[in-house]
Amino acid sequence: MSLRKGSVVKPPVFEYMAPATVEETVRALARHGARAAPLAGGQSLVPLLNRRRVRPDVVVDLGRVAGLDTVRVADGAVRIGALARLRTLERHETLGAALPVLRQTVRLVAHPQIRTRATLGGSLCHADPAAELPALAVALGARLRLAGAGGERELDAEEFFRPGRTARRPGELLTEITLPLRDGFTHRFVEIPRHAHGGLPLVGVCAGTRREADGTVTAARIAAAGAADRPLRLRGAERALTGGPLTEEAVARALDAAASAAAPPADPHGDAAYRTALLRTALRRALAAAPHPGTDPKERA
Amino acid sequence: MTTAARRTVTLTVNGAARSAPAEDRTLLSDFLRHTLRLTGTHVGCEEGVCGACTVLLDGEPVRSCLLLAVQAQGRTVETVEGLADDGRLNALQRTLKETHGLQCGFCTPGVLMSLTAAEREGLDEEETAGQVLAGHRCRCTGYAGIRAAVAARHRAPGGPRQAPRGGGAEAAG
Repeated sequence: MSLRKGSVVKPPVFEYMAPATVEETVRALARHGARAAPLAGGQSLVPLLNRRRVRPDVVVDLGRVAGLDTVRVADGAVRIGALARLRTLERHETLGAALPVLRQTVRLVAHPQIRTRATLGGSLCHADPAAELPALAVALGARLRLAGAGGERELDAEEFFRPGRTARRPGELLTEITLPLRDGFTHRFVEIPRHAHGGLPLVGVCAGTRREADGTVTAARIAAAGAADRPLRLRGAERALTGGPLTEEAVARALDAAASAAAPPADPHGDAAYRTALLRTALRRALAAAPHPGTDPKERA
Repeated sequence: MTTAARRTVTLTVNGAARSAPAEDRTLLSDFLRHTLRLTGTHVGCEEGVCGACTVLLDGEPVRSCLLLAVQAQGRTVETVEGLADDGRLNALQRTLKETHGLQCGFCTPGVLMSLTAAEREGLDEEETAGQVLAGHRCRCTGYAGIRAAVAARHRAPGGPRQAPRGGGAEAAG
């Protein structure tokens, strides 16, 4: 009997809204500003609500907004609606063929039962510095489209992720993510999990190189998760790899550059020195995993 | 203190239309257990990690502790109560029992719902025993038995793909 009558509550009281269009959503978000929490897949927000770590006045459910879950592969880019579920991205064959690293990385995120709800946009806006998808977005040079009351704007992933937060203003809605298909690039995501796969990794690296037939690296794009207060582009490591073959010496220089750029957090799972050592390991494995040019000419990005 | 807004949530549960009032902040797991009195869905961590509360939403496995009841408005939910056929365990449930795939049984409802979805989707044994079971915590260390059940289902004549779509009472049609 004591279970009846609303005695079982976990989240704090909030007003729930479920707008049907982007315009209505943006109006609602603009009206309530920082007091509103957009609810996408809810796999990060609802645990925070259950523990009352966040107490929004208004929860704006994006689940009924039409047209934000599309996936298009065209014109040298993949365009993904912010509300596309990770499980959809994982199953999408055209996407898997065009951008294999996306599927490979998505499958590292949590579990199938979470990916059925979790969305790409939600993961990017939650922006946990140790999460896989923000690092992937930085490594691939994603563009993020934000809709606000005053119109739209588009940001590079590197501009979007700020120390401890994102550039999304209260009242703005992430609507679309564009991932360019970079000809000749082969990216891999390698992570060091905490104990088993499923939770956030201790460290992750998304690394890709473009190489000539003779093995000369002509370009590299690398970003790390769990290495700083935001997903961290490792430009020093990119420079160390570019312009020559992928020799042990070049890799060693890249690992040194990555380690010196890293400023990982310290917690009971590991101190900064330990995580920096893991970053070197993850980067070395990611570079070793990149197939030699010519092994699969169709594989890109 | 803001008063808690309530609204009527109407959804299909195990093939039957259900309608009941819920606060906006009520979790689907609590709505199922406390309002609809479907206590087969278990609640463990309430942060999406343990998997005990896994149900099927429009056929897909989800954590019912990470959904608001209002988000299930108009949708179809399947819980462990929908698996048995007129009080008789279905083939998956019988297999789990035969392989000692449960001990205390707390994680079992969630495991059953995930395995049901995996079978309908046609996931292979490796994907099911790896990716899918990784989404469930069994504190009796019963994974050997659960994995044996997955293996047995994949060895069974006709394989697990015979699992009915729609589940339980609504399987027809």
